[in-house]
Amino acid sequence: MNVLFDNLGLYGQAFLGTIELFVVAAIGSLVGGLLLAAMRVSPVPILRAFGTLYVNTVRNTPLTLVFFFFAFAYPRLEIVDLSFFARGCIALIIYTSAFICEVVRSGINTVPVGQAEASRALGFTFTQTLAGIVLPQAVRSVVPPLTNIEIALLKNTTIAAGFSIFEAGGIYQTLSERGYNVFLGLLWVAAGFLILVIPLTLLQQRLEQRWSTAR
Amino acid sequence: MTATVLYDTPGPKARVRNAGTGVIGVLLVLGLVGFVLYRFAATGQFDGRLWEWIEYSAIQVLLLQSLLATLEAFAVAAVLSLVFGAVFAAGRLSDHRWLSRPAALVVEFFRAVPLLVLIFILYFGVSRGLGVNISTFWALVLGLVLYNGSVLAEIFRAGVNALPKGQREASYALGMRKTQVMTNVLLPQSLRAMLPTIVSQLVVVLKDTALGFLILYPELLYQARFLGSQGQLALPIIPVAMVVALIYIAMCLLLSAAAGYLERRTRRSRKRIDLDAAGAVAAAGLVIAPSSESGAAG
Repeated sequence: MNVLFDNLGLYGQAFLGTIELFVVAAIGSLVGGLLLAAMRVSPVPILRAFGTLYVNTVRNTPLTLVFFFFAFAYPRLEIVDLSFFARGCIALIIYTSAFICEVVRSGINTVPVGQAEASRALGFTFTQTLAGIVLPQAVRSVVPPLTNIEIALLKNTTIAAGFSIFEAGGIYQTLSERGYNVFLGLLWVAAGFLILVIPLTLLQQRLEQRWSTAR
Repeated sequence: MTATVLYDTPGPKARVRNAGTGVIGVLLVLGLVGFVLYRFAATGQFDGRLWEWIEYSAIQVLLLQSLLATLEAFAVAAVLSLVFGAVFAAGRLSDHRWLSRPAALVVEFFRAVPLLVLIFILYFGVSRGLGVNISTFWALVLGLVLYNGSVLAEIFRAGVNALPKGQREASYALGMRKTQVMTNVLLPQSLRAMLPTIVSQLVVVLKDTALGFLILYPELLYQARFLGSQGQLALPIIPVAMVVALIYIAMCLLLSAAAGYLERRTRRSRKRIDLDAAGAVAAAGLVIAPSSESGAAG
């Protein structure tokens, strides 16, 4: 218990770092994922090909490798000098976007074509079809898996700690410098993540239960 | 192309507009890629001097060794997590509460804790905090096993639960025992359906071996960092990272392709069970994205 209470400030700051990283990366990857998904379902074949190429490559790349690139290789390219934090966010966004794109795309694909055909036959305009028929149905099948991806993102932020970004995964270093028991210290980190992840998991299960029966 | 819910089959006007969007999109993407390549070239990343290392046989051997180290960790972790998954799935599916509750607790715990924190606990925590020495290899492998084993346990459980109820009921009606029902009726059917998902999860294992870099397990990324910081090779971190990235991506793509092939094969089969079917998987709270392309984000 002492490990936690003696270092409460450290834990607080570190988890704040985690949450900051998570929020920025979540918003960024949502935007990126939607853009990619728009490419992948667009009527322009070449854009679809780009989207597919990106998604297939990134999903088969270890996140550590993306971080590795931004931590060690990016500074060599002398483009813009970015902080560790910004580079960590970019790495997470690049990686997570691919997964979000896939969820959004397969969500749109679950809406039967007949739905759109029927609404067109009833004289709905494109906007009406999209906003009134397709999207409400797609959102139902997108949001639960999306929550899963956000959970994975939250857990993935720990990798940033390995590349000198201050956040919860890196607490052990300070603890061992201060002479505390690292094992207990890390167990508290795990507990902290449980506290963060469990509400998200429950939310996801609720959404899934409510929306899977609705169709 | 196939019909889609989002738009009609384009007419002449829309085709012109789409072509315009296509041109703009291509220009944007090519501009971005071109800029990055330009920066690579401008900072001399394509100079022969930085690529000389690839000709030294000692370095080739070094890279090969680290590739082997990666594959070794992957192979051991894959096998053990399949075993772990099978054991804990069986535990969770058990009718005995004293067995299913703890199994559920273990599985949920290891799925919720970040893999890297697990690895850190095993490596820094257990060795420094408790004084039990664990090598980087076993810290990495055990971490991978605990996490991926738990995910696999959920996949197994969801797969068994997704089978039609009648299968189980009919076997009980025929007088089979619990174990017989599971091994003779439920598992053979559900394993077939689960195979693509299992292989996709193995891709996650392979990808996550890269985390070994952070505890200095001598795998590919570690070697890349080492070679990249060699002054007499002119610090070729970017060329080395490119080669290592190619190796990783190629290996993962191969495994993913295998998963895709299995998926298409099961989809063709008439005996297929829909793992995505509403409810079954959902109720199990399975942490994977839809279709074969599972939540590799983990």
